Amino acid sequence: MTEDQPPLIPGQPAQPVFRMFGVGNAGIALVDSLDALEFAGAEFAVINTDATGLTTSAAPVKIQLENKLLRGLGSGGDPERSRALAEEQFATLKSACDGADVVFILAGLGGGAGSGIAPVLARAAREAGALVLAFVTLPFECEGNRREQQAQQSLELLKPAADGVICLPGTKTAKLIDENNSIVDTFRVTGGFLIEGLRGIWQLLTRPGLIQVHFSDLCNLLRDRHVENAFAYVEAAGAGRSREVMERLLNHPLLDEGRALAESDAVLVSLTAGKGLTMAEINRVMDQMKRQCGHAQITMGAAEDPALKDKLCVTVIVAKQNAAPTALSLRLESRTTTNNAGTTGAGTGTAAVREQAASRPVRQRKPNSKMVQSQLPLSVVSKGRFDKSEPTLHRGEDLDVPTFLRRGLPLN
Amino acid sequence: MFDEANIIAGLEIGTSKICVVVGELGPEGALNIIGIGQSRARGVRKGEIINPEQVEEDLRAAVFEAEQMADVEIRSVFLGVTGSHIRGFNNRGVHPVVSADREITPDDVEDVVKNAKAVNLPAENTVIHAVRQHFFVDGQEGVTNPVGMLGARLEVDMHVIHGHANRIQNAIRLVRGTTLEVDEVVFNGTAASLALLTNEQKELGALVIDMGGGTTEFVVYSGGVIRHSGVLAVGGDHVSNDLAYGLKVPLSRAEKLKIEFGSAVLTEAAKGQTISLTNELGLETKRVNLEHLQRIMSLRLEEVFQLIAQDLEEAGLTDYLRAGIFLCGGGSRVPGLVQLAENVFQMNVAPGHASAISGLTTALDQPEFATAIGLVKFGSLKLRKRAVRPAFSAGIKQAIGRFFTQHN
Repeated sequence: MTEDQPPLIPGQPAQPVFRMFGVGNAGIALVDSLDALEFAGAEFAVINTDATGLTTSAAPVKIQLENKLLRGLGSGGDPERSRALAEEQFATLKSACDGADVVFILAGLGGGAGSGIAPVLARAAREAGALVLAFVTLPFECEGNRREQQAQQSLELLKPAADGVICLPGTKTAKLIDENNSIVDTFRVTGGFLIEGLRGIWQLLTRPGLIQVHFSDLCNLLRDRHVENAFAYVEAAGAGRSREVMERLLNHPLLDEGRALAESDAVLVSLTAGKGLTMAEINRVMDQMKRQCGHAQITMGAAEDPALKDKLCVTVIVAKQNAAPTALSLRLESRTTTNNAGTTGAGTGTAAVREQAASRPVRQRKPNSKMVQSQLPLSVVSKGRFDKSEPTLHRGEDLDVPTFLRRGLPLN
Repeated sequence: MFDEANIIAGLEIGTSKICVVVGELGPEGALNIIGIGQSRARGVRKGEIINPEQVEEDLRAAVFEAEQMADVEIRSVFLGVTGSHIRGFNNRGVHPVVSADREITPDDVEDVVKNAKAVNLPAENTVIHAVRQHFFVDGQEGVTNPVGMLGARLEVDMHVIHGHANRIQNAIRLVRGTTLEVDEVVFNGTAASLALLTNEQKELGALVIDMGGGTTEFVVYSGGVIRHSGVLAVGGDHVSNDLAYGLKVPLSRAEKLKIEFGSAVLTEAAKGQTISLTNELGLETKRVNLEHLQRIMSLRLEEVFQLIAQDLEEAGLTDYLRAGIFLCGGGSRVPGLVQLAENVFQMNVAPGHASAISGLTTALDQPEFATAIGLVKFGSLKLRKRAVRPAFSAGIKQAIGRFFTQHN
């Protein structure tokens, strides 16, 4: 897969072209909430099936996928419909991606437009020769299991099509949001998390690094490990900033209070500081990370950005190895191929991608066939001699479990 | 006058040891400890009996040892109880004074105390102690004896310690099964505080923390009365268990490591140090990081203190502990525990030792025996009170009674 991607050559004078696509209503909202100044150099575009969402958007490029079937009423929450539409207009999407080196796709999965178009767009962008990184949100539990299913299906399609997918399940963020928050706030907060991650990766890729992290590093990390990834972006200022950053990171809700780190198998850490980033600081952060992550493969980058003054920002992207592809995903894979075969207008290039998509599960299974001693989950911590006695519960905490475990103290 | 009647025995069935202390009430009412017996407890977890047969066996051994040492026969004991089911809370009783002249009579006092004891307990619970704190006469605070005062409304604050009736009964039945009588059941925390605190300290306000093998009891005294009490079912066993888990060594080894190398605070000397464990042939089998050992211990002990501190904070008693904090129980032997407690509570902490009692100094100085000694002290107070009560008229005890009324 990597062969057909033009790799970013370090030190190349020409600035790579970044293009950000907001797909569907949620995606458009996300793109609109991006600060254009912060993402200077990126080109913004939005795609939707109905016109209303597009007209309000501030993005310079607007693409409306439309045909007679929809009669201007949008996809009606049906991803199949918008997927067919996107396949039909594959050439339009491909031309929209032309000339871009990196394509970011921002979408909310679960609805009609986002779920249907995003995977096709990812494929189109790949064909146009760009690297594709998708940032998607998954629906909240309360939105019903139909949307949940649609989101899952779409995610399964998106994963083989894009180089990297970073997804943020709504259930994860729902826990963090105050129950009195209005729904508008809730969506804004969820979007905020996603944008924070996007910002972190943006900084990672665009800022001149002391220790450079390349897009290929990022793709290496995310590829084939799609099942679950988490990301966090934290910043702190002042004298004890490295310690503070670590503390925040370990308490970060998106990392499950540091548990995500322990279960990870690949981690990318990027540090950016205004000025005076010392080796000791990097050491302190990386030391902690190493201890937290156990056996994970760690990639690290460091950069300076005078605009940050005395702030230290740390972006962490955590990936967890996929288990064997589930029956659902296998079923879906086969369905995609038949779908693709049925659509018209797909060129020979698409066929190649299709081949890849179809062969993906086989490739994924290969590393799993190796005998690996799995670790038991943390929840079966033996209580030793208190195993059979009445648990000592104090405000919902089982005091029989060793304190150092409950407080997450690492011992190595 | 060496008589069985002024022999008082305290029995504590602890998680790690069963301990019997024998005291003799001297002619001047001074308590003298004359014998101690102890044995390793096997059938007890978190302060509660889980294997009565084993406990009975150990109990007989401990009683036998104490009898040998004191050269007396123990017929009855004051039994200490603990366990997570025991709780303490404050309750206020109200009684209107109805007599025409508004003078408070002893009957009024009895009534108000009865009202204060009538608390809403779960059906299966029983009151272990109901300790009178202060009377209020028409809202006037801090009255200790209202008899003879004038007032329309008499109130009293009581501290009620209660626990699960069946679980307490289990311990009593077990002791009775060994042909010993149980005089009274006493909460271990109350007993420990009786042994450690002087009247001045009770008046100033003090916290006693008894860190045992399976439970940690704490009692707060202020203004001369018990204000607060509680039990955390966390003790030295938990420390050993944490170590066994964290250092991946067997529990018995963890226990030894705890005693030999344990510390409640991280010591400078331990940084980067390792201990090599050897098997019976003297060959090295495993290396244990000393820093980890101390960190695991420190976290557990710190948590116990934090939970107690939080409890006191909620009860609003933190500012009343002017005499400081006193530690006892086997757990208080951990080096650095005083320092750790000072860090958590931000006040004076001292290892407590049994005061106002004479006798075997080796026993009095050991923190493990504080509870059992306190049980004896509790017994001596009861005996004195009983002795002066006129209604009590049983042979030789009356004679002691008269003796005391003359001398007090």
